[in-house]
Amino acid sequence: MNENFIQINGISKHFGNVKAVDDVSFSIKEGEFFSLLGPSGCGKTTLLRLLAGFEYPTNGNLLIDGSDITALPPDKRPTNMVFQNYAIFPHINVEQNIKFGLRKLGLTDDEIKKRVDDVLALVKLEGYEERFSGQLSGGQRQRVALARALVRQPKVLLLDEPLGALDKKLRDEMQLELRTLQKEIGITFVFVTHDQQEAISMSDRVAVMSEGKIQQLSAPNELYKNPENIFVSDFIGETNFLRATTKSKDGEHINVTIEDLGDFKVKNNLNIPENSSDVVCSVRPESMMISRDKSDWDICLEAKINQTSYLGEMTRFYVEVSGINKVITVSSQHFDNQSFENNTCFISISLEDISLLQKK
Amino acid sequence: MFQAWRNLYSKSDNAKAYSLLSPALFLIILVMLIPMALMLSFSSFTQVSMMEIDFTPTVQRYIDFFEKSLLVSLLIKSVKISFIVTLITLLTAYPVCYYIAFYVKKNKMLWLVLLTLPFWTSYLLRVFSWKIILGTKGVFNSTLLGAGIISEPLTFLMYSEEAVIITLTHAWAAFALLPLYVSLEKIDFSYIEAARDLGLSKFEVFWKVTFPLSLPGVIGAILIIFIPTVGDYVTPALIGGTEGRMLSNMIQAYFGKINNIPLGAASATIMLTTVILITAIVSYTTKRLTQRLS
Repeated sequence: MNENFIQINGISKHFGNVKAVDDVSFSIKEGEFFSLLGPSGCGKTTLLRLLAGFEYPTNGNLLIDGSDITALPPDKRPTNMVFQNYAIFPHINVEQNIKFGLRKLGLTDDEIKKRVDDVLALVKLEGYEERFSGQLSGGQRQRVALARALVRQPKVLLLDEPLGALDKKLRDEMQLELRTLQKEIGITFVFVTHDQQEAISMSDRVAVMSEGKIQQLSAPNELYKNPENIFVSDFIGETNFLRATTKSKDGEHINVTIEDLGDFKVKNNLNIPENSSDVVCSVRPESMMISRDKSDWDICLEAKINQTSYLGEMTRFYVEVSGINKVITVSSQHFDNQSFENNTCFISISLEDISLLQKK
Repeated sequence: MFQAWRNLYSKSDNAKAYSLLSPALFLIILVMLIPMALMLSFSSFTQVSMMEIDFTPTVQRYIDFFEKSLLVSLLIKSVKISFIVTLITLLTAYPVCYYIAFYVKKNKMLWLVLLTLPFWTSYLLRVFSWKIILGTKGVFNSTLLGAGIISEPLTFLMYSEEAVIITLTHAWAAFALLPLYVSLEKIDFSYIEAARDLGLSKFEVFWKVTFPLSLPGVIGAILIIFIPTVGDYVTPALIGGTEGRMLSNMIQAYFGKINNIPLGAASATIMLTTVILITAIVSYTTKRLTQRLS
């Protein structure tokens, strides 16, 4: 498998004074499900459009499978795109839409028919050949867009927030289906989304983007467990930030003073220097324990429940710890809003679950 | 009485619809349907002498029309001139609208207003201004003469079919711009990107996607220009001379100088029928064309 199937080398794209993509370099592996994740305006869509050829970079070059595509127009690139609004041509039917991209490939009529039949079966749209875009549901349109792009057998499939317009249930179904489909056909997918749950659940690797730069590029579980900076930690999932100051290092660990809580020794994966006050500790709501009684965990604090929100599979508690002027979020699968008398509880934290991050 | 009307009004959607439509309906009946009925009935009469009309119904006036080769050739010429005017207008207006719709990023409205600026003056004034431009001693000829490109003024510019075509094209261009612009502006740019992404060149994208999607506007522009120019009477009268005369000028003569109102009415009816037929053919073929192109 080619580790550097797509190479993005020092790519920048400026629109006037705005640096939509700012000197970005990384590689995407062959057959990988790769996601570009970030809030709107972070440059992820611009990067995708640069790959598709709808925009040309201000600086840098792009290679797919070893050949330079930087200056190629979209029709000469080995990529195809699934558009955010699907862009199903409204004046022709589903079959003609799917055949649309085949006419320039020099296939025989039999080959065209076989490819169309195969791809319709793949996206489960047999029997819809004669329909027009206006007669399809959102999910069906999405399948047509997918079929139309896949039928050309591109080396890379680009997907621009294709699930954004679907309702939650359908979106979850399509996530699973897209993932299965991608493993089945083995084409490299580059998937753009602002939905962190979507990116984490589908991708082999995720690049988190902000302000035109890659903030972190890693596997989804790494992204969640070991965020490299505050932005990623905040953007992926939910977390609590506590201000802290570092003291002396101790091997892989470092001594810190967490504001209002005291001195602790935590792991120092990011190799944060000693005596720094630009540091925060991040603790995930589900890594903490909420209980009626005091526990023997590394940190155990008495707290008062301000608010609860019942989510079905878990309950989220917003608690105020005595001595800390900050609302902390804790989630629990064992307790719900009925469990605590007088709204008093204990929250416990294990030092293992504290990630130390540096402020910018 | 009023209460009864209120009750009827609140209960019946039809009553609401008709009461809202009534001013327009009244106007259409008064200025369209009654005159049309009069025109149709007059076309079945016979002009006996200057002042006398025989009211016995006959189809003889229609036979007269087709027996007079002048009238038939004028009808053909009217349609031909109109066709050329429509074609030139489309060919010139389409690229302009395409440019504004896809390439102008800011102040699109300003561009449209500027394009329609000449049309804020009256139709008649614009026709006269062409007279000043195209005349023997007009701007065009004096420039060419002054530059020594020609030694005698070009006479074919004025009082000719060409003069009528130029003037009508200019006079109606604005009406083509708006439907074309609206239909192009409506096209989502992602369709064009999708077509490029699917391997089509810019040229192919235009014929396979952009043009078919803009066809409603094209049809609109064709009809908006073709229908009024076939029957245009002012331009050929002022600019056309004898050579640029159209059927409408002849119809006017039948109602005036020649004083054969029934034949005039029959000619007008034939012209109306021709326009309706052509309109139907245009709508049908463009619909077929859309399917063919895709």
